[in-house]
Amino acid sequence: MIELIKNPNVNFLGKKYIAFVFSGILSVIGIIAIVLIATGHANLGIDFAGGTSIQLKFEKPVVLHDIRLALERGGLKDFDLQDLPTINKILIRVKKSEQELGQGSEKITDILRQGFPENKYVVDSTTVVGPKVGGRLRADAAKAVAFAVIGILIYVAFRFQFKFGIGATIATFHDVLAVLGLFYIMGKEINLILVTALLTIAGYSLTDTVVVFDRIRENLKLKQRESVETVMNSSINEVLSRTIITSTTVLLTSVALFFFGGEVIHDFSLAMIIGVIIGTYSSIFVASPIVLLWGGKRPFAKK
Amino acid sequence: MKKKIYWRLSLICATVILAVVFFLPNTPAFKYMPEWWKETMPDKGIVLGLDLQGGLHLVFEVEGDKAVEITTERYTSRLKSLLATKKLNAKVSANGLNITVNPSNDAIKNIISEDFPSLALIESQNGLVYKISDKEARWIKENATDQALETIRNRIDQFGVAEPTIVRQGENEIVVQLPGVKDPKRAIDLIGKTAQLEFKLVDDEDKAAAELPQSILPSEEENLLKQFAEKIPVDDEILFEKKVNMETGEVRKIPVLLKKQASLTGDILSDAQVNIDSRFNNYYVSLSFNSSGAKLFEEVTGANVKRRLAIILDNTVYSAPVIQEKISGGNAQITGNFSMEEARDLSIVLRAGALPAPMKMLQNVTVGPSLGRDSIEAGKIAGIIGTIAVVIFMIFYYRLSGVIADFALFLNIILLLGAMASLNATLTLPGIAGVILAIGMAVDSNVLMFERMRDELRAGKTPRAAVDSGYHKAFWTIFDSHVTTLITAAVLFQFGTGPIKGFAVTLSLGVAINLFTALIGTKSVFDIINIKRELKKLSI
Repeated sequence: MIELIKNPNVNFLGKKYIAFVFSGILSVIGIIAIVLIATGHANLGIDFAGGTSIQLKFEKPVVLHDIRLALERGGLKDFDLQDLPTINKILIRVKKSEQELGQGSEKITDILRQGFPENKYVVDSTTVVGPKVGGRLRADAAKAVAFAVIGILIYVAFRFQFKFGIGATIATFHDVLAVLGLFYIMGKEINLILVTALLTIAGYSLTDTVVVFDRIRENLKLKQRESVETVMNSSINEVLSRTIITSTTVLLTSVALFFFGGEVIHDFSLAMIIGVIIGTYSSIFVASPIVLLWGGKRPFAKK
Repeated sequence: MKKKIYWRLSLICATVILAVVFFLPNTPAFKYMPEWWKETMPDKGIVLGLDLQGGLHLVFEVEGDKAVEITTERYTSRLKSLLATKKLNAKVSANGLNITVNPSNDAIKNIISEDFPSLALIESQNGLVYKISDKEARWIKENATDQALETIRNRIDQFGVAEPTIVRQGENEIVVQLPGVKDPKRAIDLIGKTAQLEFKLVDDEDKAAAELPQSILPSEEENLLKQFAEKIPVDDEILFEKKVNMETGEVRKIPVLLKKQASLTGDILSDAQVNIDSRFNNYYVSLSFNSSGAKLFEEVTGANVKRRLAIILDNTVYSAPVIQEKISGGNAQITGNFSMEEARDLSIVLRAGALPAPMKMLQNVTVGPSLGRDSIEAGKIAGIIGTIAVVIFMIFYYRLSGVIADFALFLNIILLLGAMASLNATLTLPGIAGVILAIGMAVDSNVLMFERMRDELRAGKTPRAAVDSGYHKAFWTIFDSHVTTLITAAVLFQFGTGPIKGFAVTLSLGVAINLFTALIGTKSVFDIINIKRELKKLSI
């Protein structure tokens, strides 16, 4: 039998205040990110902000600076450029384009066709989102997050006691905030795909938390004499190798996606990688301590 | 005990066979199947989303208010001719959504209320001001979306796209999905063109016409309109003809002073065809009118010989030839340096009819075919590498039990693909990520069980007892952890757009199938091993 850790006996709950400080910082960054996103100070994707984005694949390598100059000469204002140099791709984004939708993208492709006659390109993708759709997608994303949180709270409260529901929900929220905050700091684009990743992370991290809670509930019944804190600690230790192994397998696939899955889901896989790590941490260091603090000494006996 | 296992085994085999049958159309092997198979067995499989096969996803908003405006204009001209035939001298003019009739007297009022019940009188102090009643306006708006949908469907049918999706969304939006379209710009032009064809008389007599410049740059258009706004008669308007210099590519616009009131509109068309002018090798579109249209055209041309009649499409003048003589027979043509494609597309939109109102494009997602191909390739590679990594990890850590978990993993992949194929689910790029994540999560349940079994072994139980109680103790944990993922997947399905819906579908199917493979698949293998001979040692 290969064992990750032989009979682990770590006092996880003893470190709860260190964990709270660490998680507090992560959450605050996340909350600041949300406020900045809501007030429009973030790198919002085209799907949320509205505008035009075009991805082009050139035959030969291109210098980003040349493209920038060509577009500026062509009278394009207020645009972002990004390149994937290994595959000769560039991404051009024009936010909140005042021009007629559709004409903006044509103008860009025309400028580049004339500016680089000897370097042909194909249009990989064009996305044009009007402000109305952008607003709707933003609202839908917010609704999705809200409903997911409520759904999770209800289910966990139904299967466990309410305080477990609170613990699980706070831990889940913490994970989502942390990933969002880190993405914000990294200057990554906040878009629909990221929201999808966040909700997936929420579901996954909850899975982890539920496993820990399950063991705590079971042990609380068996070991009525011991203090809640001792039972929680031993329960977390008991499921520790499982927690780490399941996270490892998901990490393995997320890393495979990150390196080989192509540029479109690159950020999605990055979010998954960060989310799985943070979700594992939070199910140990955040969810249980909150239940402990919230639940008091021994109100668990009943269930 | 034995019976139970055989029952479970046959269930597994049956689902695997079903999965393979459903997934077969997605594999190259389907081509080599016998004819009877292709005819009777499922032949659709998993459908690729627009982001993977390339194509267009467009969302349009039908501008219902404009439809009401257009109807108002139509009422105005009918009202004019009615009052004229009744020999009532009145001035009728349309102004946006209002129709003003002067002078205000009872005779006119009565005629209007009798013949135009859908017009509501809103003011009678300074002339009679009418507007289309709220009920009628609402009906026009609702109808406009339906009509636009029908027209778009017509145009796309004639354009020729395989399996287009054209649906209404909400009150006034239309979603058009065109998979595999090679020339997105052309398709967008074809769908989005209002194709409002009008014939209007050129007002060369007014002195403002003589003051108009020969031609201007497109950027000067606004200025010119502002400058002439006060100078031209109330009944007139300025529209532009576009001229492109063939050598330099320079675009100039020629202003034309026209009577606002259209003499004829596109609804009199019966057909439109592409023709070629053999002298100049120019393509043009020839129009045929229906019989009442032909009569009307004869009347208009007869009454205006030596004047110019402009042919206008969507407020752009295409040509304004001088009427040499009365034209009978019901034919006309639109010329204007068209390429063959342009002429063909123009004839399509004219045949399919005008949109009841202009449309605004709200969203346009175009994916080229190469990106989709690259994405599928990348997804395959990531999937294979991820699977291999998980498989090796499980064997390394759990030994023989890891092999059993890997067996469950492959079962999981096969059933997931089969389930998606049986539902003809749409595979999107995030969906591929969902499949790969599901692979990573698939072994979770097995890990839960194995860890439980290890606990039981440590507690001194026999291997068989450890398997059984580990399995039972892990059950509810597995169940709970799956339901939480299903909740988020359901939310994503409800609120997500196309690609994300695809992700939600694969993720939730993956989770559900995972429950099946872990609880039925893995357990059966353990039981089979145990039945052969009581295990002395569990390789876990």
